Amino acid sequence: MSTDAAPAAPAAGADEPPAVQLRGITKRFPGVVANHDIDLSVRRGTIHAIVGENGAGKSTLMKTLYGMHRPDSGEILIDGDRIVFHSPQQAISAGIGMVHQHFMLADNFTVLENIVLGAEKLHGIGAAAARRIRELSRQYGLGVDPEALVEDLGVGDRQRVEILKVLYRGARVLILDEPTAVLVPQEVDELFENLRQLTREGLTVIFISHKLHEVLAVADAITVIRRGTTVAAVDPGEVTPRQLAALMVGSELPSPEARESTVTDVPVLAVAGLSVRTAGGRSLVEDVSFTIHRGEVVGIAGVEGNGQAELIEAIMGMRPSTGRVTLDGVDVSERGTRKRREAGLGYIPADRHRQGLLLDAPLWENRMLGHQTEAPNARGWLLNNRGARRDTERIVAEYDVRTPGADVPAAALSGGNQQKLIVGREMSHTPKVLLAAHPTRGVDIGAQAAIWEHIKRARREGMGVLLISADLDELIGLSDTLKVIFRGRFVAEADPAAVTPEQLGLAMTGCG
Amino acid sequence: MSAPWVRLLPRLLAPVGALLIAAAISSIALLISNQDPATAFSSMIEYGTRPESLVSILNRSIDLYIGGVAVAIGFRMNLFNIGVDGQYRLASLAAASLGAAPFLQWLPGVLRILVIVLIAMVVGAFWAGVAALLKVTRGVSEVISTIMLNFIGGQLVAYLLTTNHLGVQAKGSNDVATPLLPKDSWISGIPLIPDARSEVNGFIVVAVGVGVAYWFVLGRTRFGFDLRASGQNATSAVASGVNARRMVLYAMLLSGAVAGLVGMSQLLGERHAHTTSVGGLGFTAIGIALLGRNSPVGIALAALLWAFLDRSALILDLNEIPKEIVTIMQGTTVLAVVVAYELAERISRRGQQRRAGATVSEPDPRQPSEVPA
Repeated sequence: MSTDAAPAAPAAGADEPPAVQLRGITKRFPGVVANHDIDLSVRRGTIHAIVGENGAGKSTLMKTLYGMHRPDSGEILIDGDRIVFHSPQQAISAGIGMVHQHFMLADNFTVLENIVLGAEKLHGIGAAAARRIRELSRQYGLGVDPEALVEDLGVGDRQRVEILKVLYRGARVLILDEPTAVLVPQEVDELFENLRQLTREGLTVIFISHKLHEVLAVADAITVIRRGTTVAAVDPGEVTPRQLAALMVGSELPSPEARESTVTDVPVLAVAGLSVRTAGGRSLVEDVSFTIHRGEVVGIAGVEGNGQAELIEAIMGMRPSTGRVTLDGVDVSERGTRKRREAGLGYIPADRHRQGLLLDAPLWENRMLGHQTEAPNARGWLLNNRGARRDTERIVAEYDVRTPGADVPAAALSGGNQQKLIVGREMSHTPKVLLAAHPTRGVDIGAQAAIWEHIKRARREGMGVLLISADLDELIGLSDTLKVIFRGRFVAEADPAAVTPEQLGLAMTGCG
Repeated sequence: MSAPWVRLLPRLLAPVGALLIAAAISSIALLISNQDPATAFSSMIEYGTRPESLVSILNRSIDLYIGGVAVAIGFRMNLFNIGVDGQYRLASLAAASLGAAPFLQWLPGVLRILVIVLIAMVVGAFWAGVAALLKVTRGVSEVISTIMLNFIGGQLVAYLLTTNHLGVQAKGSNDVATPLLPKDSWISGIPLIPDARSEVNGFIVVAVGVGVAYWFVLGRTRFGFDLRASGQNATSAVASGVNARRMVLYAMLLSGAVAGLVGMSQLLGERHAHTTSVGGLGFTAIGIALLGRNSPVGIALAALLWAFLDRSALILDLNEIPKEIVTIMQGTTVLAVVVAYELAERISRRGQQRRAGATVSEPDPRQPSEVPA
């Protein structure tokens, strides 16, 4: 194992140039961690993992490789030839394809239509295209039916469609950005089998992840990125997960463990028979009931899209629902979002740009958001701009928000700092119950530990928490009670002290 | 560079740069038509700054300003009130007719002025409220409905303003208008400009008041915060507890109420009746709001500039220069300003991100970071 930052020479077949080679790539980028001096060499026919913490610069690097922006310096070599990409189109024609973390498929189209969309010139849109898709599907063992409607497909199938979409466009190098984030463990195994099949056929896979055991299971080579630069190139056969983690973080991993129980028997939030339906009558959340006690963290495990977002929005009063919500003994079912917030509901939204911030407004106005009727932000009907500004400075200091001041717009901050501001804002009003959706998504490891610490402290002081997270370690580590949601229903309960992520993952597929 | 300058400098440069670009384009248009731009501009400035012109500019900018504010209220929450025109025409007709109606004659003059203004605001709000209701209950885009309501309002006014209904025909004239308001509800002028024979319309006080109220309500009240938040990020506003539908309704009603004031300076201070010449400012008001970037002071400057261009265009005809050149100037100014502000906004944001980014990548992140001033 070499911790050398420059694995310049390919390990095998010196006569054959690496499929992809990056030399000294530097990308400056306002507000987020940039890449500097990235060196990377990917052999043909291998699965090459790029690991690093959230925000370490993995995605920036892949966007560079995919032509979505140009590096400030450094060079890209494909099969030994220097290439400058001005757009993803050029990357695609050079044989590089990207499978994004979030699927870009039109639900009401068939697989065939989704795949040919934008690539109509290759094989038309009819029988020839369908033939080609079947051919590719057979060759790489993907098992995709071109006639199926995408909305009928499961998450794993959709991902295979995305992969096929890229192959159809002639990709020889596939970049997969956090492909397992939306999958349960069983689907992950299938994906890995697909990836191995691809490399057997001579394709090259670049696999971006921060999940160490997955990387160690599937990769032929690993490059570690930390703080925007490549810090090590390692052989998966020669490292332990802990060694790899230490390389990624540069120090010991923090843990979300919150074992000493602070659960009381005083209920603070009671949800009874809550159901949410779409305007068309389709059920999103079906007859969900649970109680959160003072000092208790109730975690909800589930694959994204199984009703957890709708459940939280219904409890916040943002989405019409039936059933009863009782907050600290008061029935708030008929109240709007503002009244519920004033009654003591705090909210950390899953998507902070969509529900948590005014990106163009200064930090102190963002500090008001959601609490614009409460001190120190308002006095009666009037705003207290000065009070909000002063309190923002307190939050910036206490929650370690890295910003030049309270007057910069929220858009100028990196994601982690935006999240710290939101956490600070919600905690500042000492909520009785905090609804936290993915509270540490996209934040760096230091901020993650700090956010956990804030949640644990508030829990000790008697706050109840409803926690949703895609990070099963976080969920198991923080929760006192775990519930599994599947297709809008609670299908299982688990004891966080005993359950493993694998068991939880199985339950999340509805087989538990 | 210190923090305020990073934000302010591009924003100050933007309008100046935009004006220069507009002047340059107009110069090209002048040169193409074989005119000397220098002569044209200097004669415009000379004529536009005469005392008599200043009075006329101020008077014209009253309506432009109020209209601009009405549009800006909508803009601040991403509502496009294109219906100012219909709203104020109906408002003016209703206010003029009721103000002159016999059954209100017992009111003392000052009170009657208040009632007239109130009626105008209520009618304006009502007409805008139709669009708001359609949007809230049926999801009809206010862009479409307000345009349609302009036509309906226009036809309604034309129908009502006939001698069969609300109109009377002045002696020796073909014009049909509402009856004159009683003299005690005329508002007097203010001799604001020395050496001018005419006076500035007294309604300018109300226009200033509208501007102050606009600034206060939007910047200093919870309602204003909710409105701005809805405009900047509707989903975040909802998550913060704003009732989105109610907010659309309130903002539209407010915009319409202010729009109702647009015709009042003419009605109370100049013509004292609703005439067929009322109308046509609604679209200009959109341009003024864009030009003024929805800021109370900016809209005032935009209204004054517009009125100046309108007024100084008169001299061009006398010099045998096509006065349409002013229309070109007005159009290019709006376009150039919109583009320039967008550019300035981006440059300013990039500067701030760089500074915030510098804070993030300090060598030791555990230490509280100092930002170079």
